[in-house]
Amino acid sequence: MPHDPQPARFWKRNQMKIAPYAFLAPGAVMFLIYVLIPIVQSIWISFQDWDGLGPKTWVGLANYVELMDDDTFYVALKNNLLWLGLYLLAIPMGLAAALFLNQNVWGIRLYKSLFFFPFVISQVVVGLMFTWFYAPDFGLFSQLIKWLTGSEVAILADERYVTYGIIAAGLWPQTAYCMILYLTGLNNLNFEQIEAARMDNARGWRLLRHVILPQLAPATFIAMVVTVIGALRSFDLVSIMTAGGPYGSSQVLSYFMYEQALSEYGYRMGYGAAIAVVLFLIMMVFITLFIMRMIAQERNR
Amino acid sequence: MFPTPIQKASAPARLAYQIALPIALVIWLFPLIGVAVTSLRPASDLAAGNYFGMPSSIAYENYASVFRDSPIGWYILNSFKVTIPTVIGAVGLSCLTGFALAVYGFRANLWVFFAFVAGNFIPFQILMVPVRELTLKAGLYDTTLGLVLFHVAFQTGFCTLFMRNFIKGLPFALIESARVEGVSEWQIFRHIVLPLMRPAIAALSVLVFTFVWNDYFWATVLVQGQHAMPVTAGLYALNGQWVAAWHLVSAGSIIAALPPVLMFFLMQRHFIAGLTLGATKG
Repeated sequence: MPHDPQPARFWKRNQMKIAPYAFLAPGAVMFLIYVLIPIVQSIWISFQDWDGLGPKTWVGLANYVELMDDDTFYVALKNNLLWLGLYLLAIPMGLAAALFLNQNVWGIRLYKSLFFFPFVISQVVVGLMFTWFYAPDFGLFSQLIKWLTGSEVAILADERYVTYGIIAAGLWPQTAYCMILYLTGLNNLNFEQIEAARMDNARGWRLLRHVILPQLAPATFIAMVVTVIGALRSFDLVSIMTAGGPYGSSQVLSYFMYEQALSEYGYRMGYGAAIAVVLFLIMMVFITLFIMRMIAQERNR
Repeated sequence: MFPTPIQKASAPARLAYQIALPIALVIWLFPLIGVAVTSLRPASDLAAGNYFGMPSSIAYENYASVFRDSPIGWYILNSFKVTIPTVIGAVGLSCLTGFALAVYGFRANLWVFFAFVAGNFIPFQILMVPVRELTLKAGLYDTTLGLVLFHVAFQTGFCTLFMRNFIKGLPFALIESARVEGVSEWQIFRHIVLPLMRPAIAALSVLVFTFVWNDYFWATVLVQGQHAMPVTAGLYALNGQWVAAWHLVSAGSIIAALPPVLMFFLMQRHFIAGLTLGATKG
């Protein structure tokens, strides 16, 4: 750039250098203080023994060693995998709902919004609804099971079914979320390609598989991201519906961490932080994959 | 259009579709309908075992008693005190960060952007102990301001992703020509870009409102007492008191769910635009 002696132009060049940082600073500082630095602090605390009030004692890997011997940790880990696997069902279910609703008939807009309803409601309310739904004696679901099988099952009090019951409650809003992503995707299809495929006699399943789904790939990607993250973050429903019970059988890492660090079981901040770090590392695997894909997309722009 | 428009199908198929729609909707919303009906059922019905039949009368009384005998009105007020400043703060900050990341090609640009994106996906638990500690030390534990500050910081991550992509979609020539005219960077932001960001601001406002209103985790971690408790944590506490008083639990649930639901219905188009940005612009 040629040097320009005029002060106004000089300021303008400096302005271009300063402006991005000035615009960025307020948000970035907040994000640094409340998100990025706490991650590092948590990792640091996970090497300490700390009750949240007194002095911290460095214990090295002791929290992690203890975690490896903790049965609840393995129950939580197993349940997290179950959440992850079953939660992904929200994607095909959401797609099915979107295909069902992607018509142009009278009142369809209202139907779409009402189908989306569960996502707008707080998970606390969803949890209470399903607790009521599953309640023995008067819950609609238990009545249905009784009517079908003749025997009563208290889903949330039964170690065999409790996690499935909670995941089912979580799938309700998550399916609605995926549905709305796919409905938008379906609105943006390339019609010429579809018509061309129809000319070639592609119908129904084959058309969906080879023409529609590839076009829906961006929606599927976002649905994957939000569903995987949602599954691993699951906390509210477990807390509301069972608090990890009965006998810790519906425990997940996020709730286990909270219970260890901040509840009547004691204030074991170091141990809780170690659990959080494990969950963080698991999620980082997925986050890294997502970000790598996003970087690839950025490059292609 | 996919699937094939139903108008092209046979008359019986069209009729079947028209019948299937409301049936599917009722099945889908069954838990919600059940709770809504229970919230209007008199306590005497539940005592008499009338859980599923028609309510013997419509008990608006349940709602009145929830407001009269529990602090739910106060909890709702707290939720507003947390949610509204958060919306303003997070959307405001992300207008700035989004502009910075979309318009300027400085060196760390992509890194900063992906830090915001990644921060958005991490588990809350990795932040819990330090953020609680920070809030305690700042004297903001058990206050709505403590919640607001955290939510603003965290939501800024999501909002920045959204704003940056939105501004990238605007015609850059507008900014270029203003620069040639000698308009300052701040003026460009304030008078050229900001007015064009209205749809993004609307979409994010509705979305952040819903996310923050529905937050439960931070409401339990950063608040202990009634005076600052938002309605999600409050409802859970009340659920413990109303043991098996399902008519009250149901009425409370409906009350707590109503503000984001109304918001969604009033601003539906913005809401969906917010959720699906990125899915549409691929």
